[in-house]
Amino acid sequence: MIDIPVTLYRNMKNLPSEHLLGGGTPMCAGCGGLEALNQVYDIVGDKSVFVNAAGCMTLLSVYPYTPFRGSWIYTAMGSAPAGAQGVRDALDILLDKNRIGNEDDMEVVVLTGDGSAYGMGMSATSGTLDRDLDYLYLCYDNEGYGNTGQQFSAATPHGAKTATSKGPHGYPGFKKDLFEIWAAHKPAYVATIIGAEPVDLARKIEKAMSMKGPRMLIALSPCPTGWDFDPKETVNIGKLAVKTGIWPLKEYVDGKIIHTKIPRERKPVEDYLKLQGRFKHLFEPQRDDELINEIQQRVDRYWEDVS
Amino acid sequence: MTRLLLTGNAAAAWGARLAATDYIPAFPITPQTEIIEALANWIDHNEMDARMVTLESEHSMITAAGTAAATGVRVFSATSSQGLLYGMEMLYTVAGWRAPFVLANVSRGLAAPITLEPDHNDIVAARDCGFLQIHCATCQEVLDNTLIAFRLAEDERIRLPVIVNLDGFYLSFTREPVELPDAAQAKTFVADFDAENIRFRASSPVSQAVAVLGGTPYSYFRYQTHLAAQNGLTVYAELCDEFNQQFGRQYAAIENYRADDAELVFVMMGCFATKAKEAVDQLREAGWAIGLLRPRLLRPLPKEDFARLLAGKQAVAVVDQNLSMGMGGVLHSELATSLYGQSDAPQHLLSFVGGLGGRDISTEEFFAMADAMKQAVSSGQTPPTRLLYSDNEFKEIRKLQAIAKVQNETNGEPR
Ligand SMILES: Cc1ncc(C[n+]2csc(CCOP(=O)(O)OP(=O)(O)O)c2C)c(N)n1
Ligand code: SF4
Ligand SMILES: [Mg+2]
Repeated sequence: MIDIPVTLYRNMKNLPSEHLLGGGTPMCAGCGGLEALNQVYDIVGDKSVFVNAAGCMTLLSVYPYTPFRGSWIYTAMGSAPAGAQGVRDALDILLDKNRIGNEDDMEVVVLTGDGSAYGMGMSATSGTLDRDLDYLYLCYDNEGYGNTGQQFSAATPHGAKTATSKGPHGYPGFKKDLFEIWAAHKPAYVATIIGAEPVDLARKIEKAMSMKGPRMLIALSPCPTGWDFDPKETVNIGKLAVKTGIWPLKEYVDGKIIHTKIPRERKPVEDYLKLQGRFKHLFEPQRDDELINEIQQRVDRYWEDVS
Repeated sequence: MTRLLLTGNAAAAWGARLAATDYIPAFPITPQTEIIEALANWIDHNEMDARMVTLESEHSMITAAGTAAATGVRVFSATSSQGLLYGMEMLYTVAGWRAPFVLANVSRGLAAPITLEPDHNDIVAARDCGFLQIHCATCQEVLDNTLIAFRLAEDERIRLPVIVNLDGFYLSFTREPVELPDAAQAKTFVADFDAENIRFRASSPVSQAVAVLGGTPYSYFRYQTHLAAQNGLTVYAELCDEFNQQFGRQYAAIENYRADDAELVFVMMGCFATKAKEAVDQLREAGWAIGLLRPRLLRPLPKEDFARLLAGKQAVAVVDQNLSMGMGGVLHSELATSLYGQSDAPQHLLSFVGGLGGRDISTEEFFAMADAMKQAVSSGQTPPTRLLYSDNEFKEIRKLQAIAKVQNETNGEPR
């Protein structure tokens, strides 16, 4: 059974044609994180305060300029969610004590990379989920510590070469399942998104914005600089992440996980892998069939369980 | 005016309550926990109109305190020792935001070895972070200075967070008679929180705490913070006078105890200075011209006051309840900085380290330190830093080790 929710965003034509976020930021050309943020910001709007952790996006607001039409505060690598707690609580106090009116209320949005979300900021995030904090969390997941030169993080996929996994088999670990970890806390909403699927993304942000409580978003963010590909391939790689089944688009709501876009005929993972320099060692100088198959099988196993 | 028997912790909690604090991010740690328990209890029984949230760490607690203050509410928080250090990254960070709030620190020694008992290594570790620091020696002072601290933090010439420091156990858990300021009068003194231009409102968006590129904007903001912190000397003095007019209790950046006509002077922070006062009284009776200076403000450091108050003295003994490994007492070096090159500066600035991890400093030891000052004057030689430790203590430790060794051998474990 497929639920067809009421949405403003039925197809591409319904999406905003102009972006709210200003241009000219120092993000790299083709940054998949910025691609996702642009789309998210269009729907969240400027009645918002972004609470940021250390990472690439910290350089969006550099004194004395910012691309945000709403508000922003940079905190530290490990505690952006706690920063959101302070802002949300303070706004609630000001509202309760009639020191501001509803027109001055704001959506509080945490913006961090995977390094924060999967690692250093995890206990701070978990704390906000215990406390059922009313906020949005956008993790742009470029699968590594990008800002420091793409060392591997807990979000790095198996086999990927990073600045700290340059051996013949790349990163020996496996990408941590942050979606499951967040969902295990039973927050209001958890979703995976990607900038290359803007309608799916828009509907999820629209849904998240209609809810209260913690609303958690993980955006896989193709990163030309860290993943080593031509910036013009960002959208293509994003689409392939979905079509190969490597990045399942799904949401957790009311205790249930729903896949929002099931790739019925999945493309082979190598279509996705071979476009990226970080996986080049799987194909050159010799094909590493064992590793490619291992990655394929993990994806196959995941989808076997999805009805 | 109500007189109550209050612990130092209860006095800090009363300060936060009387200041009409809006928000209290919290995390438990001995010997501070009683502060947040008292506040939680008042909030639960509708005696205080505030919101309290228990974070999952002090790093998060100080972050939330900073962002709430940056959103525009009055914030109080409390910690101690390991907690203060766990939040250290954020102490520096939120001070740079120029968002004012008050943090009580109940001083306790730092691991390792882990201990619950007091000294000042935690608070001196936070010396350079941008928080102003007020050090208290009585429960009354804790309460009054918490009220003053809110004014200091929120003053437009400062706009920095302030730490009110009280010693663990000796002050935190000791009951003393405290005059409770009248609630309405306290509220008038502290006044409504004015967020000024540091706040978040949808109708007037701002970016706070943004990154800078390069040393020029970085230095600009760091210098601004330093200059604002220095304003703390003038503002604290003004506030102390105003407080005295309204409540009849006078404070100053440095407490001057019988030091005006003294030739020899002890310098100490915190409540162990009370022990020094006792020694001063006894020595005065025996005919010594001796006194005590106790800085309440460590940041900003009242350098000129020190230079003025110590001009013409023969010798000064700084008793540090902290130890900078490989250097010595931190307050001693702060004093040396304040006095060096000043006309008529005392020739002998002696350094003693003691009272670590709650170890007592006995009256006899103060006598010995006074004697050392006298000897320095007569011999013309300033002795090197001395670590207070008695022969008896050393014997005790050796005895413990001997016993442990016997036990280890009985257990068949090699040593
Ligand atoms: C406490 C602390 N440790 C380390 C750093 C250095 N650092 C800055 S950004 C960053 C990487 C963050 O990775 P991620 O969250 O994935 O964001 P990205 O850089 O990929 O955008 C690191 C390690 C820091 N700022 N703070
Ligand atoms: S390194 Fe990657 S994530 Fe960071 S700005 Fe560049 S493209 Fe974006
Ligand atoms: Mg990253």
